[in-house]
Parts: sequence; C-alpha cells; structure tokens
Amino acid sequence: MTTPASSARGLFDPAIVRVAARDAVRKLDPRRMIRNPVMFVVEVGSLFTSALFFHALVASPKGGAESSPAFVGAVSACLWFTVLFANFAEAMAEGRGKAQADTLRKARREVAAHRLRAGEPGGVSVGELVASEALRQQHLDQVLSSALRLDDRVLVVAGELIPADGEIEDGVASVDESAITGESAPVIRESGGDRSAVTGGTRVLSDWLLVRVTANPGETFLDRMISMVEGAKRHKTPNEIALDILLAGLTIVFLLATVTVLPFSQFAVKVTGAGSAVGLTVLVALLVCLIPTTIGGLLSAIGIAGMDRLIQANVIATSGRAVEAAGDVDVLLLDKTGTITYGNRQATEFLPAPGVSEGALAEAAQLASLTDETPEGRSIVALALARYQQPVRTADALGAQPVPFTAQTRMSGVDLLAGEGPARQLRQLRKGAADAVDRFVQDAGGELPARVRAQVEEVARQGATPLVVAEGAKVLGVVRLKDIVKPGLRERFAELRRIGIRTVMITGDNPLTAAAIAAEAGVDDFLAEATPEAKLALIRQQQQQGHLVAMTGDGTNDAPALAQADVAVAMNSGTQAAKEAGNMVDLDSSPTKLLSIVEIGKQLLMTRGALTTFSIANDISKYFAIIPAAFVVTYPSLGALNVMRLASPVSAVLSAVIFNALIIIALIPLALRGIRYRPAPAPVLLRRNLLVYGLGGVVLPFPCIKLLDLALTALGIG
Amino acid sequence: MTGNSLFQVALFLALLLLLAVPLGGYMARVYTGTAHGAQRLGGWLERGCYRLCGVRADEEMSWRRYAAAVLVFNLLGALVVYALQRLQGVLPGNPAQLGAVTPEVSFNTAISFASNTNWQAYGGETTMAHLTQMLGLGVQNFVSAATGMAVLVALVRGLTRSGARALGSFWVDLTRSAVYVLLPLSLLLALALVSQGVVQTFAASAVAHSVEGGGGGGVEQVLALGPAASQVAIKQLGTNGGGFFNANAAHPFENPTPLTNLLQLLAILLIPAALCVTFGALVKDRRQGFAVLAAMMVVFIPLTLVTVGAEQAGTPALAALGVDQAPSDLSAGGNMEGKEVRFGIANSALWATSTTAASNGSVNAMHDSFTPLGGMVPLWLMQLGEIIFGGVGSGLYGMLVYAILAVFIAGLMVGRTPEYLGKKIEAFELKMASLVVLLPAACVLCGTALACVLPAGNSPLGNPGTHGFSEILYAFSSGANNNGSAFGGLTVSGPFYATAIGLVMLIGRYWLIIAVLAMAGALASKRHVPASAGTLPTHGPLFVGLLVAVVVLVGALTFVPALALGPVAEHLTANAPSEVLP
Repeated sequence: MTTPASSARGLFDPAIVRVAARDAVRKLDPRRMIRNPVMFVVEVGSLFTSALFFHALVASPKGGAESSPAFVGAVSACLWFTVLFANFAEAMAEGRGKAQADTLRKARREVAAHRLRAGEPGGVSVGELVASEALRQQHLDQVLSSALRLDDRVLVVAGELIPADGEIEDGVASVDESAITGESAPVIRESGGDRSAVTGGTRVLSDWLLVRVTANPGETFLDRMISMVEGAKRHKTPNEIALDILLAGLTIVFLLATVTVLPFSQFAVKVTGAGSAVGLTVLVALLVCLIPTTIGGLLSAIGIAGMDRLIQANVIATSGRAVEAAGDVDVLLLDKTGTITYGNRQATEFLPAPGVSEGALAEAAQLASLTDETPEGRSIVALALARYQQPVRTADALGAQPVPFTAQTRMSGVDLLAGEGPARQLRQLRKGAADAVDRFVQDAGGELPARVRAQVEEVARQGATPLVVAEGAKVLGVVRLKDIVKPGLRERFAELRRIGIRTVMITGDNPLTAAAIAAEAGVDDFLAEATPEAKLALIRQQQQQGHLVAMTGDGTNDAPALAQADVAVAMNSGTQAAKEAGNMVDLDSSPTKLLSIVEIGKQLLMTRGALTTFSIANDISKYFAIIPAAFVVTYPSLGALNVMRLASPVSAVLSAVIFNALIIIALIPLALRGIRYRPAPAPVLLRRNLLVYGLGGVVLPFPCIKLLDLALTALGIG
Repeated sequence: MTGNSLFQVALFLALLLLLAVPLGGYMARVYTGTAHGAQRLGGWLERGCYRLCGVRADEEMSWRRYAAAVLVFNLLGALVVYALQRLQGVLPGNPAQLGAVTPEVSFNTAISFASNTNWQAYGGETTMAHLTQMLGLGVQNFVSAATGMAVLVALVRGLTRSGARALGSFWVDLTRSAVYVLLPLSLLLALALVSQGVVQTFAASAVAHSVEGGGGGGVEQVLALGPAASQVAIKQLGTNGGGFFNANAAHPFENPTPLTNLLQLLAILLIPAALCVTFGALVKDRRQGFAVLAAMMVVFIPLTLVTVGAEQAGTPALAALGVDQAPSDLSAGGNMEGKEVRFGIANSALWATSTTAASNGSVNAMHDSFTPLGGMVPLWLMQLGEIIFGGVGSGLYGMLVYAILAVFIAGLMVGRTPEYLGKKIEAFELKMASLVVLLPAACVLCGTALACVLPAGNSPLGNPGTHGFSEILYAFSSGANNNGSAFGGLTVSGPFYATAIGLVMLIGRYWLIIAVLAMAGALASKRHVPASAGTLPTHGPLFVGLLVAVVVLVGALTFVPALALGPVAEHLTANAPSEVLP
C-alpha cells in the first residue's frame, strides 16, 4: 500500500489533468459559480459577449472593427477560457485530493466482523474465545462491518482487518496501520493507557484484540479523512470570507467604473460630434480585465492546495479553519519529553566522592547497572565502557544477583561475590536517589559525605538527575543523568522567535530542572510540574492575553487542553479522546510536526496575499492597453496613453483579455505549491513579497501584453 | 515652477507641521479629559451644555447608540437650517430683506452644511439673510466639524479598547470638540482676520464710489457686508468651506491680504493634520500617527507641485498666440485666468490642492479656469475619498479605513491574519471598509452618468466637450466626498443638481459614518493581539509606502476612465501639436 500522501505525484499528473479538464466544464453551472462573485461576473460577461457575437453575426455590423463578429467572438472566447481556466485550477486542486481519497477508500472496504452478542462473553475469557472455535460459534455473530454500531464489541484476530474505529477493551496486538499512516512498521496496540485506539481498515498482524466500536458507519476516522481530502465538506474559512468580501467590493467598484463609461462616452460623442461611443464588447473586456480575476480564479485552489500540503505532511485537519489558524499561532506549547529532549535521560558524567577514583566509581556504577534494562541503566554501562574502558560483563558470568528497583527502596543494583577463595566477599552495589542511598549506607553504618551531598545539589541545579552510587556502607560518588536536548532545536526555536512565535516547554520536572533544560534548549518559557489542569490554565491565560496557542498531545488527560488550544494536533498513536479533542491528527505521531504545520498555515495565507496583490497590480497595465483603444475614436489625442504602442484597438483589447486568461493558467502551479516560504520577521517578508508580487505585478504585464500584441499582429489579427 | 513657489510651498508645510504637533497633543488630552488647563477655563461651558441638554457626561454608548445620536443630532440640525432658509423673509436679522430660499436649494443647503460639505447652490450675499448665515450655517460649521471629530475619536476608541462594548459618549466628544478646540481656535483666527480687514458687521452693505466713469462721484458701487470674519474662521478650521460671499476666499472682504491667505491656508489643513498626531497619542504610539500623516504628505506634496507646475506652465493656446507666459519681476506668468493677482500662481495652486485635499472646498481662485492638469489634481484629490487630510475627523477616519484595507492585503503576505494596532481584521471590518470605499465612488460615477444622460443634467453646462464633462464630474466628486468646492461653469441651483447633489452629500456623509461606527464597535469588542516579530509593523516607511500605494491605486483604478474622458483628454488635445488653434 502506498502512503495516502503520495508526495511523489507530479503537479500535473495526466490522470488528474484529464478529470480536472472535464470538471472545469461541469463547474460552469451558474448555481455553483455564484459562490465566487468575481468569476460569476466573468461568466455573465462571457454569456453577454456570446449573445453580442450571435447578434453581430445576424445583424450587419455598423461601426468599426470593434463590432465585427470576429472580434466579438474572439473576446467572448477569451472570456469563456478565463472562466474555464479558473474552474480548472479549482478542479486540479480538488483532483489531487480526490486521488488520495480513492486510495483511502480502498482501505474502507466491507469486511466481516465478529460481533459479541449482548452481555457476552459472560464467564468465558476472551483468550478462551480465541482458542476455541466452538466457543466462538456460541458467542459471536458474523456481521458486515457496515452493520456495526456504536458500543458494539468485536473480536479481531491475527490477519483480520479491524472493521471499525474503536477502543481496545482487552488484548495486545501488533497492528499494521500503513493504510492510514503510510508507515509500514507495525505498531503495538493494547487496552488501557494511551495506545488503546484502533482505526478501522488497519490490520491486526499478531495476537487478538477485543474492540469496542466508537464510531457509526460514515463517521469513522477514515470517512472523515476521505471527506476532508476530497473537500466535500469544505467551508470557506474566515480569512477566505474576508478576502471574498474585498474582492466582491472591488468587483462592484470596477463594475461601476466600467458601466458608467458608456454614458460618459456617449456624452463625449454628443458634445464633440466625433467618433462613436465605446462598444459593449470593449466595455465587457475592460470590466473582466479590471476585476481581480487572477486571485478570484485561484482563491479556492489555494485553500484546497493548502489542505493538500498538510496531508502530504501526513497531517489530517478537521477543518480549513485550523490550517489558517496555524499561520496565526504565536505560542507553541511543546512537551519536553520526546519533543525537546530524547525520551530518556542518559548518563553523561561520573563525579567521584573524595578518595574514590573515577575509574572505581565507573566500575561500580556499571556493575550496579548490569541488570538494569532501563535506558538510563544502559546508558551508564555504555558511558563506563566509552570513558573508562570498563569491559561489559554479563551478570550471569559474574554470578550477580539483581536487586530490582522498587517504589519502596527507590534503588537498584546487584549483589555479587567478588575475589577468589577466602578473600571472596559479598559486594552490595547500589545506585539510586540521594535520600534512598543515604538510608542504605546508614543502615550499613556509613554516611553520605558532605561533599557528595553538595555534588548532588549541584547536579540537580543544572537540570540533571543525580544518581548516587554506593557499595555497602561506602558512598562512591554521583552519576549525572541528563536529559539530552535534540540537536538543531536551539536554532529552530531561534528561527521561530524571529518570526514572532514563542515556545513554551511543558514538563513534569521540578522548576529547577525545567529551567536548566529550558535554557539549554533555548525555549522562551517553561511550565514545570505541569498537570493537565495547569496546562489548561496556561492555555487560557495565553489566550486571555490575545495569543493563539498550538499544542500537541496524545493522552486522554491532554484532551481538555487540546480542546482549548487554537491549533491542537493529536498524535495518531494517541487515544480516541485526544483525537476527538484536537483539530488535527498527525499520522506520523511526530512531536515536532507542529513546526511544519505552522509553516504550512503561513504559506497558505501568504500565497493568498501575494496573488491578491499581484492581481490588483496587474490592472494598471490593462488600463494602458484598453483605455486608449476604447476612446481613441472619440478623442484621438488619447492615443498618447498607448505607451505600449499596441498595433490597433482590436489587438490591444484582445492582448489584454488573452493575458488575463493565460495568467490564471500560468499561476496554477504557484497556487497549488504555495509561494516560497522562508522564515523571516514580518517587515522582511513584506518587503520581499511586495517587491516580487506588487512591483512584479505592475511591471510584468506590460511586456507580456506587448508580446501578445506582436503575436496577434504577426498572425494578421487586429 | 519657480524657486519662489517652491519656497512658499515648503514654508507653508513647515508651519503646518510646527503647529499641528502641539495642537495634536493638546487634542488628545481634550478627548481623554486630561486637558486640565483648558478645562479650568472652559469647563463651565462644557458642563453648562450638559446641564442644559440633560446629558450625563459619564454615560458610555454602544456603536448603535453612538450612531443614532450622530444621526438624530444631524437631522435636527439640517431641519433647523432648512426652516431658517424657508422662513428668513419673516424673521429678524435680515437687513438686506432677502426672500425665502427655494425648497430645493434649501434642502441642498441644509444637507450641505449639516454634512460638513458646504456645497453652495446659492450666492451668499444675495440669498442668505444674516440670521440664516449665523444661526443656521455658522452653527452647522461648528457642529458638523465637531461631529466628524467625534466619530474619529469613537473609531480610535474602537482600536484601543479591548473586549469593550462602548465607544464613549457622542455628546461629550461633540461638546469637547466644539468647546476646547473649534471655539478657541476660531476666536483667535477671527481676530487675526479682522485685524487684516476681513469684515465683521451687522450692516447690510457699504457704498463706494469708484474712480472710473469720469465726473466727480464716479460709479456708485453697493458692497455687501456682514459678520464675515467669524464665519470665515470656522469655515476654514472646520473644513467647511462655505463662503460668506459668493466669491468665497477670492473676495477681498473674506481674504484681503497674503497674510490672511496664509493663515486661512494653515487653518484649512491644521486640524486634519493635527488629528493624526492626536491619533498617535490616543493609541499610545506616536509613530502610528506620524505614519498616517506621512502618507498624507507623500500624496499631497507631489500633487501640489503638479498643480503649481501646470499653472505656472501656462496654456498652449496662449503660447501659440505668442503670449509670453514666463514669470518675471513684473508678471506672475503662467495661467493667471481666474486667479487673484494678490495671490498669484503658487498661492492659488496651493490653495486649490489644500482645499480639495482637506474636504474644505473654499476657493481663492476659480478651479474651472485652471489648466486641465492643474484642475485634475483637485478633482482627483476629492475622488480619493477626501482622506488626504480630508475633513476634520472624517479625513482621518477615512484614511484609517484605507490603512485597514492596506493591512489586510499586505498582512496576508506576512503569513498572518491581518491586524491593525493589535486588532484582527476580519470579514465584518472588510465589509464596512468596502462600503466606505464603494459608496462615495458609486455616488460620483452614477451621479455623473445620470447627469450625462438626462437633459436636465446637460443643459446647465457652461462649456462644451471635455471641459463640460469635467464640470459635471467635479460637481459630483465634490458633493459625494463632502468637499463642497465648485469647479464653476455649471449652474447648480436648478432642481436636478440641487436634489442630486443633495442626495450624494447625504449618502457620502452618513452611510460612511454608520459604516465607520459599526466597524469601531466590532473592533472594540475584539481582544488585543500582542505584537511580536511576526506582526506587520504599521509605522515606518514600508507601511507608509504601502498605504499610499493602496490609496492611489484604488483612486486611480476607479476613476481613470472618467478622468481620461475629462481632464486627460482635454490636456492631451490642447497639447497635441495639430490641434493648436492658429
């Protein structure tokens, strides 16, 4: 199975282009077009010029070339293409989503489910059910997955597809979720805890699961994902609505500016007695060139494409609103563990007690950790090997007796017999928290030296965890266990700060440790000893101050905070509650995904702004093309405004409308891909984009229209 | 353009800035109620007004109540002006014994003065009794200006308040504007004007004997008089512009000397410029105010120089006749038609751009007689929406709406939902901003189109061809944007123009006020977004440039076709070599 986000798919995949071309025509339905006021006006203009064309064919045209059927027909054709190109852009953006939806749909096929009858299995354990065919016959119904309803319970065994979204009630299994995540490595799912959610359409590879269904057919995660990528439930986002209002306003202004040209020019003809009033075709052409067709035609494509880019990053947003909000976020709440630091603390240093060599401490620490399978323990063994060449011996070879960690002793270590013959003696090696080891050595008649106590405090102050090592009554020293901050994060956070985003680290550590790690990672702030309530309170407080907050979460206890945050990314590996509360799901369950999401949101808004600016800036050149062409018969001196020296009024008008149509096609890749985003402070971004899209928008059309005019003249038109 | 003209323009702008900064700071203190010195002096008057009208000074109004108060107050004002005109024949204070004004002109004038437009479809000294001038027009000159200032203050409160429902009290803002700003400044200016010879009397007229006509007595001339100085002062300070006399500021009794000319010029732009500073002080970031002021200057200065240059260059038709139009020690040179010799080219051109940049509309030269380009600049300045300085209050609130538009377009380009002064700009604000841009433009274009089509619109034209079209376009641009200046050449006292322009003045003023106050209400209810490195800064050259670009682009794109058929065609035709008359 390929990943649903086949990022390898080219921008102009022929299959998508074919479908999009067909959809472009289908979208001409005026009832659809009216949702986009700018393009609706163009469609009305196209219809109107078509009518003028047929009229010109029938009636013998009087007046100049501006009312000849060929000219009117050509303008009309250009206007139709303008509408079609805009529809095509939207269809292209949707097509990419549709192709992904088709892939997903394959995962949503009807499967057989083994549903437990109500009240079952009664006295029988699930394990017994799995083992015995007869018992299964007795307690399970064979139903189709579409017949499953909320709170039904189903048994899924190895090799079967999970029939619906659900929560595991019993069992542990490895599950292949590649249909959803594109990740081929199986994941472990088990009842209880934060890894208890399963998704319909994924496959159980080993063992079995008893799943309680949590979604009715049609409301499953897969269904939501499909409707999301297909854009079936796409609503306009707040920013899109605002932009639409601006575009509609501009359209009305230009509509008035062009419609009134007719009486103005009739008046001019009346008072001068020269020439003829401006033709209706030219007026419609002027109107279509002036209204912001470029952004009007590409606006919805930009929005859909933004969502598409998110899906390519393996993130499913439940609404376009969330994507937009991601661009506005200015506070990121990041979990320390997994996001800022590697999940585990690691030993980085041995600090011997007075009178003890570092080597001796390393040896003792290594021995004490031999049977410790935690990552911390293994890191001590590894450090001793790397730093002091302490060979790793196995506990069996030494005949060591493991002393496991318990909540009561809060220590671990080994007991072993060392030495030969009569010199053989029992070595009791322990490592643990300072107070626990202190108790241990006091029981053996020793004590914790003041120097070691000072070292313990020093290590804690630096944000690391001190582990005291003792042998019998003697304290050997301290091992420094440290959170390792992921490389490159400091730079990433500095970058975020430059674009105005504050990072807040959330951790359960004490304030001292938290402060030290926060300083090392370069985050702006931290919340120590964080409880779910404290997290929620922090988000509320930030929002109260006007900030927009984004966070990632996976556990059920994250759900309230996720629900409160403006952008809440739930890990796909997380619980159902977390996924319900968030407005995005990260299929990769990557803690640093938030940073990419913010970039995608910003890029979406920037693309909209850039193309709006470009579209409006284009108008200047079009005036210079059409105004002289329209009025030169009445006032020949207005020919002086023809700065591009276009060959004739006919070729001038045609060049302008052709440019207007082609620019939409030319900008489709930009709309789908989004404009280039490099993190920079707002003034820098503004200056750059204004230069490229503002000034570029003013300048670019002049040579283009001139070239089109030359081409038309060469073809003998005009 | 001569060095002398440049020096005069520079001197004027320097004086303007010098006065605007302290006045702006003072006004900010007035609106926050912390101008303690002024309150000690004028507090009795302010409190007296409240007591008389039963206003509670601490009452806060929602945007709807604020807007209702503005509308009701202005409606009552207009009714009083209408009644005074219709009844002036039977009322006292009418030494020249003028009859009742016609209904359509009364309607037009009532709206014109209530809406701070001061479009005059009448000749002052031959139509309006002294009582009408003083009690009707004079009073409206104060309160219409104060209304604009109050609406501005409400908008600024919308920007500064966070999660609030109220915008302050219209009655308080209105009273403070009049008592602490307009009254004292007019008093000072009126005294200065009287010292220079501006008339201020209740006498109807004076009789003069000219030296012409031979014999002992010469020709007898009856010169209309009246309480002009007081009205002139407020007409300039309040960007009203309605002259006491028909010839407005070209009349020697209204504007006798170069000094009065300079003072009045300063008075025209003083409060609009100072309000930018006030705005900066009220939002607690002076740079914001200076940025807006800079944007106004960036548009104003080049356009002024274009007009001065065009007028100084003279007309090609005269050049073709061999007339020397170069400036010399004895001659101003250039196009002196319709200009007063005592003001010359630079001061006439500077006045023309100032009076149309601000929505003042008083004239000291006839814009109709300007060269096509020289006349196009005042026309376009009005079409920009009267936001380059603009009317007192109304100019700045219009400009702030444009700032919001600029922020919306550019803000997206930095990848954030656009914000202005920490307020998110969303659909509702955009809707209101679109109305503010759309309505005056629609009024100008539709009104002009109607006049072009209807015989009633064509017949009163003084000039044929492009110039006649410019005259119509100018009339509607002036009315819809509440400027009030007239191009001339067009008889506007007939029923069509009096009614049509009356209506566009009404829409151009009050629909905009409603839209602006609605926006202020929406902004006030929003929470402040704290600024960060990701926030688009709205001070500094980049934003100023952006704001100017948006203003100029919207203004140009909307009116280019119309201007092309008017002044542009006229200019190009006049300057086309083959078209020059023998």
